[in-house]
Amino acid sequence: MNALTGVLRYLGNYAISSVWRLGYGARLFLLTLLYSGESFKRFQLVLKELYSIGVLSLVIIMVSGLFVGFVLGLQGYNTLEKYGSEQALGILVALSLVRELGPVVTALLFAGRAGTAITAEIGLMKATEQLSAMEMMAVEPVARVVAPRFWAGVISMPLLAALFSTMGVFGGYIVGVVLIGVDEGSFWSQMQSSVDFHEDILNGVIKSFVFAVAVTAIALLEGYDSKPTAEGVSRATTRTVVTSSLMVLFLDFILTSLMFTS
Amino acid sequence: MSSDNLVEIKDLHFTYDRRPILTGINLSIPRGKVVAIMGGSGSGKTTLLRLIGGQLKPNSGTVKVDGEVVNEMSHKELYALRRRMGMLFQFGALYTDLSVYDNVAFPLREHTNLTESMIHDLVLLKLNAVGLRGAHKLMPADLSGGMARRVALARAIALDPMLIMYDEPFTGLDPISLGVTGNLIRRLNDALGATSIMVTHDVQESLQIVDYIYFVSNGQIVAQGTPDEIRNTELPFVHQFIYGEIDGPVPFHYPADPIARDLQVEARG
Repeated sequence: MNALTGVLRYLGNYAISSVWRLGYGARLFLLTLLYSGESFKRFQLVLKELYSIGVLSLVIIMVSGLFVGFVLGLQGYNTLEKYGSEQALGILVALSLVRELGPVVTALLFAGRAGTAITAEIGLMKATEQLSAMEMMAVEPVARVVAPRFWAGVISMPLLAALFSTMGVFGGYIVGVVLIGVDEGSFWSQMQSSVDFHEDILNGVIKSFVFAVAVTAIALLEGYDSKPTAEGVSRATTRTVVTSSLMVLFLDFILTSLMFTS
Repeated sequence: MSSDNLVEIKDLHFTYDRRPILTGINLSIPRGKVVAIMGGSGSGKTTLLRLIGGQLKPNSGTVKVDGEVVNEMSHKELYALRRRMGMLFQFGALYTDLSVYDNVAFPLREHTNLTESMIHDLVLLKLNAVGLRGAHKLMPADLSGGMARRVALARAIALDPMLIMYDEPFTGLDPISLGVTGNLIRRLNDALGATSIMVTHDVQESLQIVDYIYFVSNGQIVAQGTPDEIRNTELPFVHQFIYGEIDGPVPFHYPADPIARDLQVEARG
């Protein structure tokens, strides 16, 4: 009986804290949108974050895109060759990247590179009372710290996803055309004729925009709500990666089913 | 209507996570004075400071600053009041991505429309007041604990506040930095015509610079007076605190069962 009460109590506590946290997250998100005007009025704050969130993620995104393109070129060629369709390698590489791998892998890498940095930075600002100091100076931390980082994440991720896909196509070209010897004309012309701007590219951009909102909002919430201790910040950073990765994969399934199923 | 007291706290109760922290605090801070709030760790001193700054809301009672009830203010009114307050945090809370200069310029840039050249002059004057004009290009990571505290003090007085609050300003400082910081607190308060509230453990340094002292214990004010009155008090708690006695009203041992029971040793007859 005692064990049952203990389990029920644990479940009850878990449910209450989850609802509380959801409400806290929604409130922070709405405040971020509310204070976004101030961030845009002082755009240099967003620019500074664009550098640390976007520009400093360039290397990992571009190198990863190139290697994913290499692998797609190799695996695609091996599979297509069995059906005598190796000329369609360009379509396979481009559609895989633009529709799925570009937005998804960029979001996962972004969560690991920039998301953790955002959480750790805000968590440490909280632990060292920098956010409290801002409040006591009558400066709203959501306007000064959270909103610029949110918009920097939302602006930079679709651009990073586009770069990832571009590098991936280039990687597929190097392996497929330069190294294996697929016909260059077929590679590019089939890609050009089969990739639709609205159906494929625009939907890919919408996906990466949605992922950007999700990953950046999760990273900001985890940092802002972290316990102000070394252990608290470390746990929050881990939660950022786990929660945002799962959220990206879940959202990808939902968006794919809405966008690409007839 | 201007009263002689800048801060007035009446029958203040505050509970955190069902645990009572403050239970009926009454105190007044006269204008122009430096007042210390002392007490053991976890006695609610810093909570009191946060209630005065409006970062926490009491369960009951009132906190008045300059005649306005802080705990009934809207967000906008509270932020307007905070522009007339300065606060020095325990370890300075400097923005680590900004230089010393930019840290002190931060409140000026946020709340005034001054030109950069005027901000430059003001920042250097504030830094000069704390003896760190020459360090304006350094980053917070390059500063010692005492220097960081002084930069934070320059930032706290950047807007010439009417009320300056200090949260444990002497923690972790060497004797020289401790003397410098104590001297600065007194000198700046008098020069700016401000009022200062200092939450601290450091009895000897505080008794030299403050005008009045409140002792907090178990969520209540248990003693108060001028430094001379406090030095000569017969109250056991204050005596133990000032002279650092190991045992007394604040026991050395955390409440526990008798040691013989914990060690499972039978009492011998």
